Amino acid sequence: MIDLTSVTFAYPHTSPLFENFSLSICRGETWSVLGPSGCGKTTLLYLLAGLRQPTSGRISIEGEILTRPRPRSGLILQDYGLLPWSTVRENVELGLRVRDFYGEDGRHTPVDFQPGNDVSYWLKRLGIDEVEDKFPSQISGGQRQRTAIARTLALEPDLLLMDEPFSSLDAITRGDLQNLTLSLCTEQKLTLVIVTHAIEEAAGLGKKILLLGDAPNQRARIFENPNAGQSGYRSSQAYHELCDLLWKEMHYEAA
Amino acid sequence: MKRRDALIAALGLLLVWQILAMVVNLPILPDPFKVFNVFVRELQNGLSKHFVFSLWRVFAGMALSVLIAAPVGLAIGGSKKLDRLFSPLIYLLYPIPKVVFVPVVILFLGIGDTAKIAIMFLILFFQITVLVRDQAAGLAPQLIQSLQSLGAGRRALFRFVYIPASLPAILTALRQSIGTAVAVLYITELSATKYGLGYYIYYNGSTLLDYPAMYAGVVAMSMLGLGMYFSVDWLERKWCKWKFVT
Repeated sequence: MIDLTSVTFAYPHTSPLFENFSLSICRGETWSVLGPSGCGKTTLLYLLAGLRQPTSGRISIEGEILTRPRPRSGLILQDYGLLPWSTVRENVELGLRVRDFYGEDGRHTPVDFQPGNDVSYWLKRLGIDEVEDKFPSQISGGQRQRTAIARTLALEPDLLLMDEPFSSLDAITRGDLQNLTLSLCTEQKLTLVIVTHAIEEAAGLGKKILLLGDAPNQRARIFENPNAGQSGYRSSQAYHELCDLLWKEMHYEAA
Repeated sequence: MKRRDALIAALGLLLVWQILAMVVNLPILPDPFKVFNVFVRELQNGLSKHFVFSLWRVFAGMALSVLIAAPVGLAIGGSKKLDRLFSPLIYLLYPIPKVVFVPVVILFLGIGDTAKIAIMFLILFFQITVLVRDQAAGLAPQLIQSLQSLGAGRRALFRFVYIPASLPAILTALRQSIGTAVAVLYITELSATKYGLGYYIYYNGSTLLDYPAMYAGVVAMSMLGLGMYFSVDWLERKWCKWKFVT
C-alpha cells in the first residue's frame, strides 16, 4: 500500500534525517514507529501524510506518487488539532465540511464522496455524543483525542497516521484509547502507522515496529510483533522480551 | 462584568458629578438633572439629527476599516511572503499619529463626509491590520496541518481557520479603537460641517454659551461611544461563545 523508494529528506540547512531510505507497508497492517527525540519519527509521518515532500526519492500510496495530502489518509496529531471555537460536533463534522466546501474534485475530496454525511454514528461510537455541544476547552484530554479520532474516521480513511496521540493522557485513558484505536482499525480495515517514543506503546500496538535511530536513517530496522493487540499480550513473556530488546537496541544506538 | 456592577458604577459617576456641580456652583458645570432635562428637550430640537450624522460617520469609518483591514491582516498573517513584503511598511507607519494628517486629508478629499470617514479609516486601519495579522500569524502550526490533512487548501484554511480565529482580534481591535474613533470624530466635526455632535458641542459651548446644551451634546457623544462599545461586546458574546465558556 505504501512504498518509500530511496527517500532522502532534509530540512533546509540541516543534515538529512533520511538518506536513501526504503520501506514497504502493506494494506491493513499496524505499524509503530519508535525512536529517540529528533530521529525523524514525526517527519516520516508528515512525509506519509503528504505535508512534506522528500528531497529525493519517492513515496507512493496505492500506486499513486504522493505530492500533497491525500483525501483517504487521516492524520491525528499529538495535541489533537481541534478548532477551539467549534463544538465537539462541529469539530467532528469539520472534514466533511471541508469536502462540501470543495465538492468532489478528487484533489481535496475523493471523487466518490457523498456530501451531507451525518456524524452522529461516530459521536456515539467514540462515546462523545453526550459532550457534542461542548467546546474543546470544556472536555477532558481523552475526550479531545476521541473527537480528533471521530473527525478523522468520519472521512472513511483507509490509512490512519497518528503522532504520539496518547502521550499527554493518563495511563487508564491511554490504555482505553489504544484498545479502541486497534479495534476501530480492525473494524474499518485501516492501515495504521503510529509514532511514539514509548517502547511499551510501540510493542503493545504495532504488529510491525520500525525503529529509527540517529539521523541519517538509511536502513529500515523492522521488528516483527505478530501478537500485538491480542488480549493478554501485554502480560506475556514475548511482550516483555520484545520491550527489553527494543530498549537495548535504542540504547545501543544512542551509545 | 455583571450588569448590576455596571449600573452601580454609573450611579457612582452621576453622584460624583452631582457633588462636583454643587461644590463648583458655576454655570459652566450644571448638575446631571438639569443636563438630563435639557438633553430630552434638545433631542426633539435637533440633537438627534446631530447624533445620527455622527453615528453614520463613525459607523462608516469603522465598517470600512474592518472590511479592508481584516482581509489585509489575514493575508499578511497567513503568508510569509506577504509578511516579509508589508510588515516593515506597517512597522514604520503604525506609530505615526495619523490625526496630524487631518488637514492633508481635508485638502485632498474636501470638507464633506468622505474626508471625515477617511481620517477614521487611516487610524483604525493600522490598529485592526496589526492585531489581525498577529493573530493569524500566531496560529499553532498543528492546527493548520491537521486541517491540511483533512484536505483543506488555502481557501478552506481561510474559511475554517483564519477567519474564525481572527474574529476575536477584529472585535478587540474595534473595542480598543472606539475611544480613538469618537475622539477623532469630534476633531473632524469641529470644522467644515453644520451637523454632527462635535459641531453641536463646540457651537453650544463656544458660540451660544449654552452650557447645559453643550453637556447634553457631551452626554450624546458618550452614549455614542458606549453604545458602540456595548454592541461590540454583544457581538463578541454572540460570535465568540467559546471564549466565555468555563
